Amino acid sequence: METMMAIVIGILFSIGVYLLLCQSLLRIILGISIISHATNLLIITMGGLKTGGPPLISDGFFSYTDPLPQALILTAIVINFALTAFLLVLAYRSYAVLGTENMEQLRGNDDE
Amino acid sequence: MGLKNDVILQTVTKVAVFIILAFSIHLFIGGHHNPGGGFVGGLAVVSAFTLLLLAFDLKSLRAGLIINFEILAIVGVLIAVCTGMSSLLFNEPFLNQIFGTINLPILGETEFATAVIFDTGVAFAVLGTALSIITTISEDICKWRQ
Amino acid sequence: MMNNFVVLPLVIPLLSGLLMALLRKNVRVQRWLSILSVLLTFTVSYHLLQTVKAEGIQILEIGGWTAPFGIVLVVDLISALLLMTTSVVSFACIIYAFKSIGAEREKFYFYSLIQFLLTGINGSFITGDLFNLYVCFEVMLLASYVLLSLGGGRVQLREGIKYIVINTLSSTFFLLGIAYLYAVVGTLNLAHLSVRVAEAGQTGLMTTIAVLFLIVFGIKAALFLFFWLPGAYSAPPAAISAIFAALLTKVGIYTIFRLYTLVFYHQPHITHTLIAVMAGLTMLLGGIGAIGQWDIRKILGYNVIIGVGFVISGLAVFTSAAVAGAIYYVIHDMVTKALLFLLGGTMISIVGTGKLKEISGLIRNHPSLGWMFFITTLALAGVPPLSGFIGKVLIIKEGLSKGVFQAGFYWLAGIGLLSSLMILYSLMKIFINGFWGETQLSKEMEKGTTQGLLFPCVFLTAVCVFLGLGAELLYPYIESASQSLIDPHSYIQAVLSEVV
Repeated sequence: METMMAIVIGILFSIGVYLLLCQSLLRIILGISIISHATNLLIITMGGLKTGGPPLISDGFFSYTDPLPQALILTAIVINFALTAFLLVLAYRSYAVLGTENMEQLRGNDDE
Repeated sequence: MGLKNDVILQTVTKVAVFIILAFSIHLFIGGHHNPGGGFVGGLAVVSAFTLLLLAFDLKSLRAGLIINFEILAIVGVLIAVCTGMSSLLFNEPFLNQIFGTINLPILGETEFATAVIFDTGVAFAVLGTALSIITTISEDICKWRQ
Repeated sequence: MMNNFVVLPLVIPLLSGLLMALLRKNVRVQRWLSILSVLLTFTVSYHLLQTVKAEGIQILEIGGWTAPFGIVLVVDLISALLLMTTSVVSFACIIYAFKSIGAEREKFYFYSLIQFLLTGINGSFITGDLFNLYVCFEVMLLASYVLLSLGGGRVQLREGIKYIVINTLSSTFFLLGIAYLYAVVGTLNLAHLSVRVAEAGQTGLMTTIAVLFLIVFGIKAALFLFFWLPGAYSAPPAAISAIFAALLTKVGIYTIFRLYTLVFYHQPHITHTLIAVMAGLTMLLGGIGAIGQWDIRKILGYNVIIGVGFVISGLAVFTSAAVAGAIYYVIHDMVTKALLFLLGGTMISIVGTGKLKEISGLIRNHPSLGWMFFITTLALAGVPPLSGFIGKVLIIKEGLSKGVFQAGFYWLAGIGLLSSLMILYSLMKIFINGFWGETQLSKEMEKGTTQGLLFPCVFLTAVCVFLGLGAELLYPYIESASQSLIDPHSYIQAVLSEVV
């Protein structure tokens, strides 16, 4: 299972990096969110993919999965949600103001 | 925006919204001992409202919900922080929680925990933030279309 | 020692920021609230400083969960000192913003955002848990993203997007590092990490993780990976870029100090050598950048980078006195960098442009501005009675004495001295071009006034002079702060007293 997860994480990372290297801002944002999903997967894999009950004390279970990686991922997802939302709004605004979403054209020093 | 003639979506939405809202309350209340809680409950409510927004339009959603979403989010975070702070008054560590059981007439033995107040704050915050993001963007798109 | 005061530097700005967001329309109340909040935070941090000095490190276990299981907040001397400096600097920047930031930004949650930024910064200084540190960093960064793009001019949007993308990527690497660390040692509490890493030995795997963290905080603190900084810090208005320059990179520096003295200190010949090389390169490249630019804001941005390199070289030398010098220099750097950006912003608001070649002869109409700039220049270059001197002397002296054993440190000390010269040259360039020469602008032709902008500058100059002349008062605190950084046992004892 861990090997499978490692391969999946690797594929997600390579897709994310490919998108990040594109010139279109929208693709960069998509790349960022794919990379952060890959990171979340990595956290849960690193915490150990154990079998066991949900980490809530109840009858019938004697072993529980580690709750900490799940808590970490939940927090990371919330932060990432806020970040992606803000980045999308900003990209939209800058497309309206600057008239382009091509990173190559966002370079110059001319209008300072 | 909104597909004005989509009868099927609109009819299904009218029923589904109530089911989703009921489920979100279930998620919210179950949060103390089972999977669920303020964050997920709040997000489920948001999904119901987003469905309404897709089936009808922004104007009718705004007419139904008279709350200012930004203020809702701020009040939610305030509630959450203040519950955390209140434990300082009893010289307990920040965010400390207590719970107890009370005998209610119909429900019988019911458990109350201070964490529920905190969770309410979280739910409000999630609801307010997500809705204000969605409505702001769709408002802007409406302006663009015209 | 359990102490509920510890949480206050985190909660006061958060609560006041939320209250201000509710009172969005009422700008006057928002201003008073932000001043009140900063003053309260200062008082609390001063109280914490005295308590820590008298009774040892103060901790708070959130929700009553004991240390390695729950999140702890820890205040030791270095955190308390940085908390105090943060409040002083943000006080000046907020007052500067009253007159300069403009009604549009004020209505759009400007003061709330500053408070949220302070929440994140203070949280990063007091947390004792690696993941909580990530959360505080993100709070700080999210507030800074909004502050940077607020108002939405062309340059601001363009630089904002780059800043956000780069910082998001480095935050993702931060998470990766946390995941690896959790897989290897199974804990995220900093004190517990220190114990576990010491038990298991810092193997090659741990050192790799340490280097990954160095990349992350290298981006956040502008240590060698500073390519994003000059553009991002020159885009927003002066009050915002001053608070960024004074505080944001310093949080990264603080984290590097914390991690590489508490957790990853077992293989200094790898990690600390790398840090030394990065610090040296940062100073050199920052200095070259500062000399080559002809725009006030860009020069000041590169000066931030030189400061970062110098502070980190104190960590690289890694003796008690050098770390004390670095702590002293961080405090000095926070105050003077804020002052420098405020003064530069005032110059730009008078003339209407940041291009040095179009400015000249300001000293005739604005003598106090000119002399304050001169004092700041001397302080940054390290001229004796002023605040930069003591930090520089300690770091370079220790670097030279350690150079007896390792020739690499001779180079580091040499670059440190050279960087002072570069700072002096680049700032003198602003002074000579901007203040000397023919006075081109008469009072009537100026684009803006200095009315109300000079008070925060005078205040910060006074703090800067006090840091230099009153170093005797401050030094006992800084010395014991560096002692507890070099020897992490007291930190571990305080946090894990119930377990170990």
